[in-house]
Amino acid sequence: MSRRPTAGRVTSAKIVIAGGFGVGKTTLVGSVSEITPLTTEAIMTSAGVGVDDNRQVPGKTTTTVAMDFGRISIDRDLILYLFGTPGRTRFWFMWDELVRGAIGAVVMVDTRRLADCFAAIDFFEHRRLPYLVAINCFDGMQYHNAQDVRDALAISSDVPVVSCDARNRESTKNVLISLVEYVLTMRRSRAVAPA
Amino acid sequence: MPERDEPTGALVRPYAVTRGRTRPKLEIALEALVETTVRGRSTGPGRGGSEHQYIAAMCDGGRVQSLAEIAARMQLPLGVARVIVADMAHDGLVAVYEPTSLDDETDAVGTELLERVLSGLRRL
Repeated sequence: MSRRPTAGRVTSAKIVIAGGFGVGKTTLVGSVSEITPLTTEAIMTSAGVGVDDNRQVPGKTTTTVAMDFGRISIDRDLILYLFGTPGRTRFWFMWDELVRGAIGAVVMVDTRRLADCFAAIDFFEHRRLPYLVAINCFDGMQYHNAQDVRDALAISSDVPVVSCDARNRESTKNVLISLVEYVLTMRRSRAVAPA
Repeated sequence: MPERDEPTGALVRPYAVTRGRTRPKLEIALEALVETTVRGRSTGPGRGGSEHQYIAAMCDGGRVQSLAEIAARMQLPLGVARVIVADMAHDGLVAVYEPTSLDDETDAVGTELLERVLSGLRRL
């Protein structure tokens, strides 16, 4: 029944932008997107009960989750989408869809609220989605150095930790480049020597 | 980022346009691209109603849009947009281009895609 044309046609890819509420996900997406970030909403209907834990709210049959996203035309036939994760991490049902087929994830960190990103890191590690940590320097200030953040998050030494200013297009671009370089490096090493 | 956790009537009612169906005829990824076909372009107001026409106009003339964009621009929940677009694909009104799979790390197609993304980002 599929009418999907195969190779050689337009295609798309996505990168997930995660992090705690207010860390600057939408700002980062907006700084590099060719469109004003859009918001798409997903509803978990009663049919989805059991996936998330809304049985604790009597009489509640639907939950709405909003995700902001942007778009970058890479070339004529390839569009890259940047999807921000829902602000509240308890909506895991949407994260599954977000990470499926993704290139990787940027975990944005505000060093004053480091713990806000723990859930995202756990999730990506569990799903084996490559990610990097981007320390968003609010007002140009970085309150901890990259090594401190790496230690505090107890992440593997090969996971890149970079600093960025989410408002700045060049800075955001560099974060995305670092992520794709990292994914490519890992991919090539695994292709040569399968674990 | 707006935090909209609470259900609203406006977001539940759109399932009326799918006649209550929540399962699409085709699984479509969030970032899958949708393009109007010749048939979709020439189809007037039919059984699909105004949503079909709106989507056909939006994704016409080389302006491919992802499922997420269609949902966002129509202010429809993702699941509703997915059912509608899947119906349209089933009827040949739109073509759906699924993203390139990156699952197989030895697959050259996936690696080439990543290289294209990288060089595209560097050119930005």
